[in-house]
Amino acid sequence: MEIGYYPGCTLKTSARNFERTALAVLELLGIKAVELSEWYCCGVNFSQVQDNLMLQLAPLRTLMKARDSGFTRILTLCTMCYNTLRRASLFLQADEERQRIINDFMDRGAASYRGDEVTVIDLLTLFREIGISEIGHKIGRSGIDLKVAPYYGCMLLRPREVAVDDASDPTIMEEVLQSVGCQPVAYPMRIECCGSYQIVNEPAVVWQRTRLIVESARQNGAEVMVVLCPLCHYNLDSVQLEIQRTDSRFQTLPVLYLTQLLALLAGIGEGNDWSLHSVDPRPILKAKGLL
Amino acid sequence: MRKIGVFVCHCGINIAGTVDVKAVVDLLKDYPGVAYIQDYKYMCSDPGQNLIKTKIKELNLDGVVVAACSPTLHEATFRGASESVGLNPYRTEIANIREQCSWVHHDKAAATAKAQLIIKAAIEKVKLDEELQPVKVPITRRAMVIGGGIAGIQAALSIANSGYEVVLVERQSSIGGHMAQLSETFPTLDCSQCILTPKMVEVAQHHKIKLLAYATVEDVSGFVGNFKVKIKQKARYVDWDKCTGCGICMEKCPVKVPSEFDEELANRKAIYTPFPQAVPNKPVLDSAHCTYFKTGKCQICKKLCPFDAIDYTQTDTFIEEDVGAIVVATGYELYSLKSLPEYGGGKIVDVIDGLTFERILSASGPYGGIVRRPSDGQVPREVVFIKCVGSRDPENHFPYCSKVCCMYTTKHAMLYKHRVPEGQAYVFYMDVRADGKGYEEFYQRAATEDQVVYLRGKVAKLYRENGKVVVTGIDTLSNRMIEIKADLVVLASAIRPAAGITELAKLLKIGIDQNGFLTEAHPKLRPVESLTAGVYLAGCAQAPRDIPDAVAQAAGAAAMVTTLFARDYLYHEPIIAGVNTDLCSGCGICVGVCPYAARSLNRSKGVVEVNEILCEGCGACVAACPSGAAQQKNLTDEQIHQMIKAILT
Repeated sequence: MEIGYYPGCTLKTSARNFERTALAVLELLGIKAVELSEWYCCGVNFSQVQDNLMLQLAPLRTLMKARDSGFTRILTLCTMCYNTLRRASLFLQADEERQRIINDFMDRGAASYRGDEVTVIDLLTLFREIGISEIGHKIGRSGIDLKVAPYYGCMLLRPREVAVDDASDPTIMEEVLQSVGCQPVAYPMRIECCGSYQIVNEPAVVWQRTRLIVESARQNGAEVMVVLCPLCHYNLDSVQLEIQRTDSRFQTLPVLYLTQLLALLAGIGEGNDWSLHSVDPRPILKAKGLL
Repeated sequence: MRKIGVFVCHCGINIAGTVDVKAVVDLLKDYPGVAYIQDYKYMCSDPGQNLIKTKIKELNLDGVVVAACSPTLHEATFRGASESVGLNPYRTEIANIREQCSWVHHDKAAATAKAQLIIKAAIEKVKLDEELQPVKVPITRRAMVIGGGIAGIQAALSIANSGYEVVLVERQSSIGGHMAQLSETFPTLDCSQCILTPKMVEVAQHHKIKLLAYATVEDVSGFVGNFKVKIKQKARYVDWDKCTGCGICMEKCPVKVPSEFDEELANRKAIYTPFPQAVPNKPVLDSAHCTYFKTGKCQICKKLCPFDAIDYTQTDTFIEEDVGAIVVATGYELYSLKSLPEYGGGKIVDVIDGLTFERILSASGPYGGIVRRPSDGQVPREVVFIKCVGSRDPENHFPYCSKVCCMYTTKHAMLYKHRVPEGQAYVFYMDVRADGKGYEEFYQRAATEDQVVYLRGKVAKLYRENGKVVVTGIDTLSNRMIEIKADLVVLASAIRPAAGITELAKLLKIGIDQNGFLTEAHPKLRPVESLTAGVYLAGCAQAPRDIPDAVAQAAGAAAMVTTLFARDYLYHEPIIAGVNTDLCSGCGICVGVCPYAARSLNRSKGVVEVNEILCEGCGACVAACPSGAAQQKNLTDEQIHQMIKAILT
């Protein structure tokens, strides 16, 4: 199966590990993700402003380009991009007046856009479509005694209109982990916010959140944490060493993209630039026979 | 040719302001069939009515047309006037020249012409009107109450004490309902069972009440005054005629099953009564768990029963009861914690619902009234109560207020503090709705004397950690995030109508509202009636309510039943749709379109028959009938043709 693929900025830079392993895993599962020939920054949090239509131009322009390239569905890996693009679609669909203003502003000659021509889907939804047992069948390994804390964050679950699972009690990542032979760790902070962009102006907030989330996972036996959001990855991974410098009792926890783990389980060793990790995951991965 | 009197009303200037009444009279005085025509300022006044009566007698009129306001207002008045002087009331018709003419037109000439046509049409109708008699049916003066909780008990006792027989159907093996599970009741803290059990015993001993416990309603047919109800008596496997309730079987039964009555905090046996004061105090055998039914071995109960009452061969039996009225008092259940993932989804043992906490508090409960938590039996030192769980939450659950939670949570927190004075009770709330008698004082007492900490805000999440339940939420009054490491969390989960209500409502042909509760006939003026005549509502089946309100509503429903029974016969308007059996081909199309289930196909005769009491004269069958066999009395096709002809020529 072929599907349009929107990478977003971080997937080409700091989240390279995510993109490379995700595309490799998808190929193994029989999915060819075809990168859009032309795409822009999704607009990130700016496009979540709902009273200034101009801030929706970035995500909508990308969706229009996807339509013009003949795609009816596009996959995003970054959960922030997923959230932004999906919400922009819904925002436009809901109101004809908005459609008129946006279309007036677009390039001369561009066909008008209603918002429902292209569906935006995330990796977990695609996994559910493929079938969790199918993933287990193709990727799973037995005898891997690895306790994995799945971390959802906010972008996959909120707001309700774009949630990929039950926002209070999601299970999809646990199901995937279980199917491939890992032990998902139940811990209460798996849907807490990581602090998001507060890392820029109020890093103390992110420190506090990271500590809360990592310690909760650790206490419940996690050996590694998996995420699907580059920003969550950055926040949860990058500040751990700093926390440890100020408090030696703090135990670090390696943070991987879910697809990095899946790729290793599938025996795909390449694609990872370990220098992009602050907390080095290699020791635990080697100990478990994955590296 | 009929001798018809036409009486044209001015209605002050309501009609005469737009219609030239005198001209109308003048134009119609020679119309065929008109024996007398006269206008008057207010025809509905006594002199106006007397004019009609006098002329009927004097001229021997056999039909009357009153040209006035809408028939919804004074048709009954004028028909009554005609009847009082011996004219069949169904030969008096209203020509509506006010709402359908003078009030909606300005042009006097046009309105006058139109009024004349409306009256002509009415005259043509009267010419073909038959003399009709009201349909009269006897009433079975015997009531059925469905549900044996406090509302059903009250309704049954009130009706029975008025001298009428009552059949009380309860699907559990004992009456008492949820009230029997409660520890104390707000706002007076009197023991729930102490005030309930005397009423249960009264039901058991009342010679006018036939109690059918462990039974369900399977089918309802008939209509007000004449219902036939089919009831399934579930197999008890215990012959209650022989059983004395000695309890040896329950004592010796080796099978333990989580007790529904104790909210699964304790066990019952496979042969059991739900609680010691059960009424009837005789056991039933739960065949799903019984060893004998599963393996064919055991039979301990049968061997030990001194009265040979155990009968494994019993089967479900069906009983038919004739009743004239039905009270539906099927009560409530709590919204399942499984449906509340934000509060642990029922997976955290020490997060419980209100009824479970009632059993924990109850002196006759599994912990003997000592407050313990279910996970390890420890006495909890910090207890968090959360209100509006599932209620007032339209996005995730239900939009309505469950009404009883504010007060029972207050009671829970207070009773906890009485039992564990050194403990701390927190209540997360959106509002405190203390709108009953003595309720506000009760709440103030909890907050001040018993030092219950009230936190205004919602709980964001809760989770289990190190043997505690961590509750995080916001206190919107101090605008601070709150985190409490609680030993026990009690959720005031939403009140839902009891399971099976939708199916029962279908059997009874009564409505269900958007939240699943039974619909009353009018939210203010007919709160205890359903829209189906003869079916009344009581208790939480209609909406969440507390004990005093449920009792009041049940007594109100009982009063409606006894009012119905005070009459000898039921009368029904004769304007119904009959069947011309010569024309009817028995196609049955009308049976399907009838909204009142008044029509049925008699297959042996090959024609449709009409239950005249159920027919409301809507005319749906008349429009649907392909052969013209269905005809509405005094609104026949012929009459309508003549009326149209009068207007068009």
